Amino acid sequence: MAPVQTQSTDELERAFQDAVDADGRIEPRDWMPEGYRRTLVRQIAQHAHSEIIGMQPEGNWITRAPSLRRKCILVAKVQDEAGHGLYLYSAAETLGVDREELLDLLHTGRQKYSTIFNYPTTSWADVAAIGWLVDGAAIMNQVPLTRCSYGPYARAMVRVCKEESFHQRQGFEAMSVLAQGTPAQRRMAQDALDRWWWPSLMMFGPSDTDSPNSARSMAWGIKRFSNDELRQRFVDATVPQAEHLGLTVPDPDLRFDEATGHYAFGEIDWTEFATVMRGDGPCNRERLAHRVGAHEDGAWVREAAAAYAAKQAGRGAREAA
Amino acid sequence: MSDYTAAGGHGAVPTTGVPSDERGARRSQPLWEVFVRSRRGLSHTHVGSLHAPDAHMALRNARDLYTRRQEGVSIWVVAAADVVASSPDEKDAFFDPAGDKPYRHPTFYDVPEGLTHL
Ligand SMILES: [Fe+2]
Ligand SMILES: [Fe+2]
Repeated sequence: MAPVQTQSTDELERAFQDAVDADGRIEPRDWMPEGYRRTLVRQIAQHAHSEIIGMQPEGNWITRAPSLRRKCILVAKVQDEAGHGLYLYSAAETLGVDREELLDLLHTGRQKYSTIFNYPTTSWADVAAIGWLVDGAAIMNQVPLTRCSYGPYARAMVRVCKEESFHQRQGFEAMSVLAQGTPAQRRMAQDALDRWWWPSLMMFGPSDTDSPNSARSMAWGIKRFSNDELRQRFVDATVPQAEHLGLTVPDPDLRFDEATGHYAFGEIDWTEFATVMRGDGPCNRERLAHRVGAHEDGAWVREAAAAYAAKQAGRGAREAA
Repeated sequence: MSDYTAAGGHGAVPTTGVPSDERGARRSQPLWEVFVRSRRGLSHTHVGSLHAPDAHMALRNARDLYTRRQEGVSIWVVAAADVVASSPDEKDAFFDPAGDKPYRHPTFYDVPEGLTHL
């Protein structure tokens, strides 16, 4: 039966918005505005890119983890990030894009990924700080997405969020071990916090309170909270954790505001954020070159697997004949 | 400065000034839908999809991707191209025949007060 197109675009648009307003879910083959589809592809694809590029800073320490226990944990964590990327690419593909095309957009720098992964991991404490702060910030951003209006994205986020809490806890645990260790270990922990604190706050992006794009994403149920709201939640949640560790947050302006019940914090350096996003952070070139190299080095495996599959399919067809 | 959204998950990503997709020719390996039985006694449930050159590789990749924490005791993979689905455009007409038959539900009937096992 051929679908009968009787509704006008206006009617379709209204039915779509009513479904979203009623907290309903939009599924892959439903009618959706082209802007909604494009916004989702952009957001989900760049989220996926962030996950797979995010394997590199921590992967750097797998061979040098201080114990077998830490090494097993780190391997599992990095493997999870690969998985997060795959769940997300799958979700993006339900919107009619091809995965190879998304990888091209990443490899040629036309689509971006989170700035946070362009900072170097110079000591073991950085692995701890990333789990605690970077995955902690990711949880703040990702939990609201489990209620996103687009079904496949929301479902992918449910899986991701379950795994993220392991990531954050293992990081916090590794950080507490260092914070309670020798003076040298405590210095390592403090140094990692000093270097990762501000980039972690930048993970929420510049204020978008007055942005028409953000307002539209909110109306579409893709975004639930502003960048500033999410950042404030992160600061409120994390400062007491730093105090528990006996570490100092590197912000002289940080103080608890009794009147608002929130922590007030200092100015964020948005020029640094813009520089790193543009491609001129400490490790941008290295991260992208490594990703492209890994993809190219794997080409022969994909070719061999495709040749084998074609041969098997040919054999199956001959046997059936 | 262009717009960014923290809801980009693992850190803010731009929402303007980047392409979404170009809809070029498809080059990826075949797509497979993955179903997992979480424990014996339950049905297989759809969990997501993945790319693989053949069914055997799809099964192994599905194990690594969807059951890293003992989420399953059995996996099905189905070539996405082989799935036949009803169309959302005709969902009203398609499911209409069941719409006016409330008598198929036990709640349609009045049960006299005090009687049980009905
Ligand atoms: Fe992740
Ligand atoms: Fe993570």
